Amino acid sequence: MPDSDLDTFRAETRKWLEANCPPEMREPVRDEDDVYWGGRNASFKNEAQKAWFEAARDKGYTVPAWPKEYGGAGLSPAEAKVLREEMAAIGARPPLSSFGIWMLGPALLHFGTEGQKQRFLNEIARGEIRWCQGYSEPGSGSDLVSLQTYGEDKGDHWVVNGQKVWTSYADQADWIFCLVRTDKENKYKGITFMLFDMASEGCSTKPIKLISGSSPFCETFFDDVQVPKSYGEDVPAYVGEISRGWDVAKYLLGHEREMISGADGGDRTSAIGAAMKRQAGELDPVLRAELAQFDIDALAYAAMGEKFLDEIKVGKAHPAQPNMMKYVGTELNKRRHELMMAAGGSRALEWESEETSGGKPARNWLRTKANSIEGGTSEVMLNVISKRILELPGA
Amino acid sequence: MPLYHDDDQQMLAESAAAFMAEEGSIKNQLRHWRDRDCKDGFGHGLWRQFAEMGFTGMLVDEDDGGLGMGNVEAGIVLEEIGRNLTPSPFLSSSVLAATALKHGGDDVKGRWLPGLIAGEKVYSVAIDEGAKHRPERIACKAEKSGNGFRLSGKKDFVVYGASSEMIVVAARTSGSDTDTDGVTLFAVPQDAMGMSHDSVRLVDSSMASHITFDGVELDGDAVIGEVDGGREVLNAMLMAGRVGSAAEGVGVARGAMDITVDYLKQRKQFGKMIGEFQALQHRAAHLYSEVEIARAVTIKAAQLLDGGSEKADMMASVAKAKVAKAAGLAVKEGVQMHGGVGMTDEYDIGLYMKRDRALQEFLGDQYYHANRVAEMSGY
Repeated sequence: MPDSDLDTFRAETRKWLEANCPPEMREPVRDEDDVYWGGRNASFKNEAQKAWFEAARDKGYTVPAWPKEYGGAGLSPAEAKVLREEMAAIGARPPLSSFGIWMLGPALLHFGTEGQKQRFLNEIARGEIRWCQGYSEPGSGSDLVSLQTYGEDKGDHWVVNGQKVWTSYADQADWIFCLVRTDKENKYKGITFMLFDMASEGCSTKPIKLISGSSPFCETFFDDVQVPKSYGEDVPAYVGEISRGWDVAKYLLGHEREMISGADGGDRTSAIGAAMKRQAGELDPVLRAELAQFDIDALAYAAMGEKFLDEIKVGKAHPAQPNMMKYVGTELNKRRHELMMAAGGSRALEWESEETSGGKPARNWLRTKANSIEGGTSEVMLNVISKRILELPGA
Repeated sequence: MPLYHDDDQQMLAESAAAFMAEEGSIKNQLRHWRDRDCKDGFGHGLWRQFAEMGFTGMLVDEDDGGLGMGNVEAGIVLEEIGRNLTPSPFLSSSVLAATALKHGGDDVKGRWLPGLIAGEKVYSVAIDEGAKHRPERIACKAEKSGNGFRLSGKKDFVVYGASSEMIVVAARTSGSDTDTDGVTLFAVPQDAMGMSHDSVRLVDSSMASHITFDGVELDGDAVIGEVDGGREVLNAMLMAGRVGSAAEGVGVARGAMDITVDYLKQRKQFGKMIGEFQALQHRAAHLYSEVEIARAVTIKAAQLLDGGSEKADMMASVAKAKVAKAAGLAVKEGVQMHGGVGMTDEYDIGLYMKRDRALQEFLGDQYYHANRVAEMSGY
């Protein structure tokens, strides 16, 4: 697309955002209910959130880069970038957040049948169905492929038994995309990527309380859950092929690592020293030095993020590079919050006070400790870099 | 502008890599001249080859006979220089001095640029006064004398100073030592009366001078840029030099990392290749990550500088500091992972450690630049 067309698109986008994104939706996200997740049981926090979601949905801007027939706006990568930039410029919140958008959608776009895309992608784009992800199990964390949840083949359906853990927001989700073993003899080629309703009989969830006090994750139990193999013509209940769900999972893990890596920039890659100085008034010289060292690493990582995204666009990035981005980005974020706690002093220890918006500094600090565990631990990332990039033996 | 090399830059990178790996190799240059106790510390023949490759005048404007390229391109050459530890006056002459000369009048350019472009002359820069880089403080004095100036004072860490036909000297023409204004840059010719070199060999086998100016008489036309307005030229020179030395540091880091990773795939202990041990794999993978990031921010800084961005100054310091950290890690991990042979002169890894040490100090170490980033950020 010529630059002039892109300039026109930018002007139109700016105008559209001005008309449709209410001022309240340009404020930073402060609380969990500032995020709209959609789904059967969703409710809006206020009119502004509703108006912004509906305007974006009608324009295809909940998933701007998806094709129009699946609920998106069919934007080119260059146009999508313009939209992101214009939204960032006014601080617009995402109109809809969901694992359907981030995880299942990309998997369906890559592996799904036309029938699956028509149904599930449209439901996601319109915020009708909220999905959760069933991957990890109590005995299968880093070694995910050892998972045991089993779907017994009963002809036209499976009977699923087992347990998942770290299922994000399972207690609020409508449907689950879930890794289920369908062949006990075949480790890698014995897993099916199933899709089913969380309201199915035998599905139950139990929130896990974290050190941060919040419970974004659940344990999820399947007790003789009947999963039909098909939801209608060309809408199988699994993505890809039966027992070849590991290919889908691997594709998605790569995608998730890119997402968690914070390669999209934003707060996670910015310098913090100046803000800490404003907050603390005076910085201990040694803390100031640590902040300066952090800022250098953060600003350098931001450049790496930019380079990584530029290279991805033209296929220049090493396929294992997201692992490096994830490793460094998450370690950096943990360090960032350690320093913010140190600069915050005793005020940052407060767990419930109004001044800390309910203990945000401490809770966020604790939350970051999961960054280098979820979506593949730092140690697993280093294994992958060793093996696939450095080609070290036996890794 | 995407943050990777375009097709032309990629071609330059390939030809620079091939040239440096052959002509500028450790065996053919660094070890060759070091083992002969060469007083220059580099080969003039290679410098002329640099000219034939178009490297010497790459930053010089096309109107002045150069190639009119930018700091991204200079960084490409410097990365290969770093990777091969190629001793050359490229950074001092073709980046620092050439950047200063951009700000000179036609006389100054006409006098000095053709020799640089032809690879016949070597230039250096005299900024530091003392063992640490503190360009905010310039005490070396140039007092008005007749139609020109009389230069007095001392300069340190003038790389390849004794071999240089001309030295760009930052001196004070008015105000007190720490004033921003009142600095003037001079192109001081090698044969200036009253200039004496104490030339010493450094840990990396390069040569550097402690220079004493004892009432050196200079013509008015030795001035580069404006009298008392040299700080701007000095800053431009420092930005280019910092981004350039960061690029060389990236090359040092990548060179050290590559030979170390190769070694992990060769050396056997306990019946297997040491690269099979996870303790070493994780350290190597961490090192890889740091070096990639250092490279990204160096290219970013060079692009900002070439684009005339006001963020370039800050990003040059970020790049210099980040590269110092990453390259420092690369050489230290490199020697440790090589084990005993890493301590021997026969293996190259120690040479990387030495070059890294010298490069760390050149134009400000990581502590200087971290502090500078904090100050520029407002804390």
